[in-house]
Amino acid sequence: MTHPVMQEDTYTTPDGRKIGGVVMEMKNITLRFGGVTAIKDISFDIREGEVRAIIGPNGAGKSSMLNVINGFYHPQEGEVWFRGEKRGPMKPYQIARQGIARTFQNIALFKGMSTLDNIMTGRLIHMNTSIASQAFWKGPAESEEIANRERVEKIIDFLEIQTIRKTPVGSLPYGLQKRVELGRALASDPSLLLLDEPMAGMNVEEKEDMSRFILDVNDEFGTTIALIEHDMGVVMDISDRVVVMDYGAKIGDGTPDEVRKNEKVIAAYLGVAHD
Amino acid sequence: MMPVYAGETTVTSSTSLPKEFDSFPKLVERNARIFAARPAYREKEFGIWQSWTWAEAREAIEAIALGFIEMGLQKGDHIAIVGRNRPHFYWSMLAAQYAGAIPVPVYQDSVADEMAYVLDHCGARFAVVQDQEQVDKLHEVADRIPALKRMIYIDARGLRRYDHSDLISLADVRKTGEERKAEFQGELQARMDAATEHDTCIILYTSGTTGRPKGVVLTNRNVLMTAKNSCAFDTLTEKEDVLAYLPMAWVGDYVFSMAQACWAGFCVNCPESAETMHSDLKEIGPTYFFAPPRFFEGLLTSIMIRMEDASKFKQKLFHKYIDLAKRVGPALLDGKEVSAGDRIKYRLGRALVYGPLLNATGLSRVRVGYTAGEAIGPEIFEFYRSLGINLKQLYGQTEGTIYITQQPDGEVSADTVGVPSPDVEVKIGDNGEVFYRSPGTFAEYYKNPEATAETKDTEGWVATGDAGFFEPDRGHLRIIDRAKDVGKLTNGAMFAPKYVENKLKFYPNILEAVAFGHERDYCTAFINIDLTAVGNWAERNNIAYASYQELAGHPRVYAAVQEHVEEANRSIAEDALLSHCQVRRFLVLHKELDADDGELTRTRKVRRRIIAEKYEPLMTALYDGSDSVYIETEVTYEDGRKGAIKATLEIRDAAVVTPDAQKMAAE
Repeated sequence: MTHPVMQEDTYTTPDGRKIGGVVMEMKNITLRFGGVTAIKDISFDIREGEVRAIIGPNGAGKSSMLNVINGFYHPQEGEVWFRGEKRGPMKPYQIARQGIARTFQNIALFKGMSTLDNIMTGRLIHMNTSIASQAFWKGPAESEEIANRERVEKIIDFLEIQTIRKTPVGSLPYGLQKRVELGRALASDPSLLLLDEPMAGMNVEEKEDMSRFILDVNDEFGTTIALIEHDMGVVMDISDRVVVMDYGAKIGDGTPDEVRKNEKVIAAYLGVAHD
Repeated sequence: MMPVYAGETTVTSSTSLPKEFDSFPKLVERNARIFAARPAYREKEFGIWQSWTWAEAREAIEAIALGFIEMGLQKGDHIAIVGRNRPHFYWSMLAAQYAGAIPVPVYQDSVADEMAYVLDHCGARFAVVQDQEQVDKLHEVADRIPALKRMIYIDARGLRRYDHSDLISLADVRKTGEERKAEFQGELQARMDAATEHDTCIILYTSGTTGRPKGVVLTNRNVLMTAKNSCAFDTLTEKEDVLAYLPMAWVGDYVFSMAQACWAGFCVNCPESAETMHSDLKEIGPTYFFAPPRFFEGLLTSIMIRMEDASKFKQKLFHKYIDLAKRVGPALLDGKEVSAGDRIKYRLGRALVYGPLLNATGLSRVRVGYTAGEAIGPEIFEFYRSLGINLKQLYGQTEGTIYITQQPDGEVSADTVGVPSPDVEVKIGDNGEVFYRSPGTFAEYYKNPEATAETKDTEGWVATGDAGFFEPDRGHLRIIDRAKDVGKLTNGAMFAPKYVENKLKFYPNILEAVAFGHERDYCTAFINIDLTAVGNWAERNNIAYASYQELAGHPRVYAAVQEHVEEANRSIAEDALLSHCQVRRFLVLHKELDADDGELTRTRKVRRRIIAEKYEPLMTALYDGSDSVYIETEVTYEDGRKGAIKATLEIRDAAVVTPDAQKMAAE
């Protein structure tokens, strides 16, 4: 069953974390919308336990890439391999059951519901009792909800959002809403967490907080994280390896240091003088 | 005297500390025996209140103490405690005392430099810390605290990959203690038995407004005699609930949440986080509660703002019954005569307004409430008392294990701090300074004999640095000012600037006041209006203004301020000793006093000397009888640029009450 490219070699990060084998592999992905080619022949992999970033200027195809990773878009060419299996078209809940969770660039929370309830919805894939027994809150439904609530409370504690537990999320500041959304994604106990611009629109302090939470999630729960950002500074500080995209093509891939020295990357970000 | 607690032994003599209860471990052991199943600690975590009985707490404390001994904690060692109020920290402090060591709680929000000073000064070999933040902070200053061998952390988050040669989790310490109990039990028992009432119980570093913090050494006798006396004073029993939310390094928290809790056996409740304090307060509903005046001020403001948004009917109901409460509430609380009709109305008010209001604030079960630290506005104080909260004032300091004076039930007022606490002797020095001597009087400042000698004389009297006097009729102490700020008028009468300023500042329209009078013929004041309050008033009264300066100089604003000054004068005149401090002349300043201009300290205390120098022309005008004065003032903008404001200020005379007129009125 194992694909030949699935190498089992591991590496150790400068701060001493052991990074495992490949969990997800993108092979020669090309994605087109009509005549527009959003992604051109891109290949890269994500390894167990790492923080993997996809960066690039606006319109580089980052979000499309993330949507390919989580199975929302199906590339016209190329293959996506997840934990040794080639991925075909899937429904969102099937993807969630595989242990993949995500957040969105434009927050997609239930605005009228409290923080607690929003995060509880992230536990839905772990709830098996029938609607009827949940409505009457009897027997297994009761113990199931208590167990799920306990998990959610651990997440609330972890993200330090106890103060807003009962606050409707619509009334929260943007930075906190982002944190709640991260909480909801965490609630499904994902093994792979996809973050779509987790720091967009945040001030420096909020970015620092978010960076700390992302690193702590990776450290504490061993969650593999793939994130998209266009703020290069933050990403370089928290990622183990970085893929750089520009106009739908991959122009760099490696550790933050390698990427920083890559001339194509510098050109894409800073522009280059044509003489 | 009332029995101190419903325990095995009833303590009746007030000056002795029973041998069997002369240290914290002995109290914990007793509580685990007689209050075994009663809750000792609660902490809100993961959304619910987790609780531990006295028996469970004792078990945890003992295991941690054994773990400490295993780690090499010696008798007499100092162990720093850095974190917010959590049961684990209280247990760590008690465990340290079980093992014969001395806990030194440190303000967890102090910067690394301050923390390094305290840890180095006390020579702590171990530190119990909250989380990664504190670990990082101490690592940063590691070279300045060579004695620190190991940090014991509570929250492991983010610390997993740290080098653990100098780190261990509290859970691991406890586990080791449990596993190796047999090995170290004898040693632990020996250390507990060896404790005496003269051993150091705790060292509390006072934040100190000037210079380095000083370590106040309190003995077991200091702390436990104080606990015994204060529990008796307010008949605190094992049935109380307190919310532990004030800094653990502050003497108040140590006395309320540790000493009294262990002595009486009551339950200490720890909030989920500092930010959730208000909702946790509401859920716990403490019976014994302490808060600084600003807490009560803030709460009152939020109540009033929320009432503004309520429906017309609710507003009407609220104001009708609050007015009634103001009239009869305090009298009911003090057990004074109140007509039957008013009693019935008050009951109705409780059902409709006071009850729900108190419930929403979390104060409905408060049986004994204290406020201290600074003067509380009489209106604020009366508001809470009128609702039936037994809110009282106390006066104290770290050096006296907090209690110097406090108000007994039924003898409460906003302007005094009460009578000397049990076993406390208080005397007033020649310059008006308050001195005290009590069983709670500290042993010494740690490694600072000069400072100890400066503060405490050979007979044990401690200088507070505050000036005050005893009211002749009730024998209550009144604190008027810092002793060094108290001056004299040219006629020899005492001049207490802060006392006058506080009287003025209680009016919402007045933000700051600066009183002058030392070596002058009479007392004068600069007034700063509160832009929010006065601006609001101006809007409602259709008074147009373009700037702060224009509003401050408006004749109607002047008139309102004059009314306040004269009312304050009448109140000042009631004190025979201070009646000369009435404000004869005043002016309303054209700019707000600002820390950026050096006129206030960063903690918003007025710097009178600097203000007097800066506004020299105004000072001259106040004393030379002129009606107006022109002044140019330099101001510093937020970006550091400087500018000048020019203004012509009006100076007004305020009516004063002559002592003779007062006497005539009395006759």
